[in-house]
Amino acid sequence: MADEVTAIVNKYNNDRGQLVAILQDTQSVYHYLPKEALMKVSEILGVPLSQVYNVATFFRAFSLKPRGKHVIHVCLGTACHVRGAVKVLEKLERSLSIKSGETTPDYRFTLETVNCMGACALGPVVRVDGEYFGQMNIEKVDHMLRQFVAE
Amino acid sequence: MKNRLNSEESLELFREEILRSRKSVKPRIAVCHGTGCQAYGCTRVSDALRAEVDRKRVSDKVDIKTTGCHGFCERGPVVVVQPGDIFYQRVGPGDVGEILDKVLNGKGVVERLLYSDSATGVRFTNYYDIPFYKKQLRLIFGNNGEIDPTSIEDYIAIGGYSALAKVLFHMSPEEVVEEVKRSGLRGRGGGGFPTGVKWESCRKAPGDIKYVIVNADEGDPGAYMDRSLLEGNPHSVLEGLIIGAYAIGAHDGYIYVRHEYPLAVENARIAIEQARQLGLLGKNILGSGFDFDVRITRGGGAFVCGESTALMASLEGKIGEPRAKYVHTVEKGLWDRPTNLNNVETWANVPLIISKGAEWYRTIGTENSKGTKIFSLVGKVNNTGLVEVPMGVTLREMIFDIGGGIKDGKKFKAVQTGGPSGGCLPESLLDLPVDFDALTKAGSMMGSGGMIVMDETTCMVDVAKYFLTFLEEESCGKCVPCREGIKRMREILNDITEGKGQEGDLELLEEISNTLIDSSLCALGSTAPNPVLTTIRYFREEYEAHIKDKRCPAGVCKALIHYYVIEEKCPGCGLCVKACPQGAITFMGKKKPVVLDESKCIKCGACYDICKLEAIGVK
Repeated sequence: MADEVTAIVNKYNNDRGQLVAILQDTQSVYHYLPKEALMKVSEILGVPLSQVYNVATFFRAFSLKPRGKHVIHVCLGTACHVRGAVKVLEKLERSLSIKSGETTPDYRFTLETVNCMGACALGPVVRVDGEYFGQMNIEKVDHMLRQFVAE
Repeated sequence: MKNRLNSEESLELFREEILRSRKSVKPRIAVCHGTGCQAYGCTRVSDALRAEVDRKRVSDKVDIKTTGCHGFCERGPVVVVQPGDIFYQRVGPGDVGEILDKVLNGKGVVERLLYSDSATGVRFTNYYDIPFYKKQLRLIFGNNGEIDPTSIEDYIAIGGYSALAKVLFHMSPEEVVEEVKRSGLRGRGGGGFPTGVKWESCRKAPGDIKYVIVNADEGDPGAYMDRSLLEGNPHSVLEGLIIGAYAIGAHDGYIYVRHEYPLAVENARIAIEQARQLGLLGKNILGSGFDFDVRITRGGGAFVCGESTALMASLEGKIGEPRAKYVHTVEKGLWDRPTNLNNVETWANVPLIISKGAEWYRTIGTENSKGTKIFSLVGKVNNTGLVEVPMGVTLREMIFDIGGGIKDGKKFKAVQTGGPSGGCLPESLLDLPVDFDALTKAGSMMGSGGMIVMDETTCMVDVAKYFLTFLEEESCGKCVPCREGIKRMREILNDITEGKGQEGDLELLEEISNTLIDSSLCALGSTAPNPVLTTIRYFREEYEAHIKDKRCPAGVCKALIHYYVIEEKCPGCGLCVKACPQGAITFMGKKKPVVLDESKCIKCGACYDICKLEAIGVK
């Protein structure tokens, strides 16, 4: 891990102004931000660990906990909200038996919410990994989940 | 490998060369690849189309293009055929054969794929006759449909970068600033500050190193104009940015894109690469001696980073905490240097103003709001999508003429504009013109352009709670009024929606609101009260029903509603029985209404949603 993280920081010329980008690249490799990685970033950049954690915990995109194979994002933007996004979220919580922010025990799915994905005309929108599912409702949830369980 | 363009003439020659090579006017089938259409599977459509063209061996007879967003996202995947401006909607991979046949025959259309008016059944062949498009003036957004965003040649073919050449070789930086000032262009991100004045202040600020920034952190939930513009026509934004950099005297720029917009990041990256290759970006642009380059930075998922000082902090590797703005960022911004930040749409207006002149630009819009504005018209309307109109068009025209009225025959209740900084306006105000000032007087604001339409099934108290919940999460936490005030307001609203509202709650909400307005550090806090204050002002009876009668008239707030079976309508089909996660509904046999046990009901709404005969009621 040390080598991998070092490479990422070097790619940004060890520039502490690029801390957010460095953490983003780190997360895309490990699917979350492991403590060891954050300590390494702090060491190479010469930035206090507390400041690295400051940034890692401020931005919603970062996760300090390991995430599942498939990350489900439910959009809770206003347009999606008025079209019933909350009901879709609650249905997902029931189907997966986890609450928003949590990961299933088998690490297959992580359920998260996003405050607007910018696909507002298709609301309610759910994104799984990179794929968008528009005009979602309670009925469509299980069918959507099955596509990712089948593999 | 393209050659660098080293003069204005070489750019013109390159443009002519491109146009010449495209002179044999082949019919063109354009498939929209905006994010909305991608969610509807447009990639399968364009793949099928290309496969069909190969199969029939007609690649020399027809052009296939993938373009940016056309705006009518409700009806994706969208395919447009030239000649004829033929607009096809909801196209599937199985339809491409028919479309191709009609194009190769040179006449005829695939009737069933045309847009038809849901009320009259009339079908429209031509793009511009469709009610959704008829009242629009798509000066900025219209080009999305003409170009492949990953092709700089397409952009140059429609006149791209000629404004930049005009500026570099025929105008001084001061003249450019004057022109933008005269045009009356105001910031499109929500603040509405006169752009030319901002540029002038930045130009005059002492210091040799200055920065220009594109704010593509479009955080208002319900708004996605900037996304579609940056994805669909990144060069228009880039050209505006280079012109601005020249006017201000900056040689470095940033495009700060929201974390949630990966396609916008990718298309902007490609555009920058292509512009560099051609000498339109980097050192000695077009041989003019002016140097300017730009990099893309991604946001980390924080609404507050749309605020300019927070954005700049994030660019410096810090958390997105705003700072007091009595020290202007145009004097001390990024790294304490003069910085000019503008919204994506603002930058995209610049090449147009330079090309056609400030006088022409001033003929569009209202007295104090010149030009067009792109809106995200979403929510409970029939035609949802991105709409560009001259400022001054009324809310009524937007929602009913362009938007096609309320979905599912329901009744209009409110329209929310300006995102979490804006407010909800009722039916009585539908004739207000949409511009920077008219909506502000009514307590809302135009904001970045989000326009969310609500109907009788939307609870306005729930909407206020929704916005406060959003803002509570997104508040950076630095100042007490915002951090503590929003939380307290949200708690009061929670209580109201759970039937625990008390006499005096509304007055308390108003009092806390005044504190936030007066003393918050940034606009997130100071405008947070707007959704609450406007809903109290225009929908007070709804609040009172929640507080005094413990009732939710719209049937939304879980603690105050209950679902029940409308026995006369229920044929006993049992769909709801299967849908219920709690086993609260019992099947009583065919042709007998089901029975709902309220003690087991968790009010998830699954039965209500699945019933096709409206046999489940809520109140």
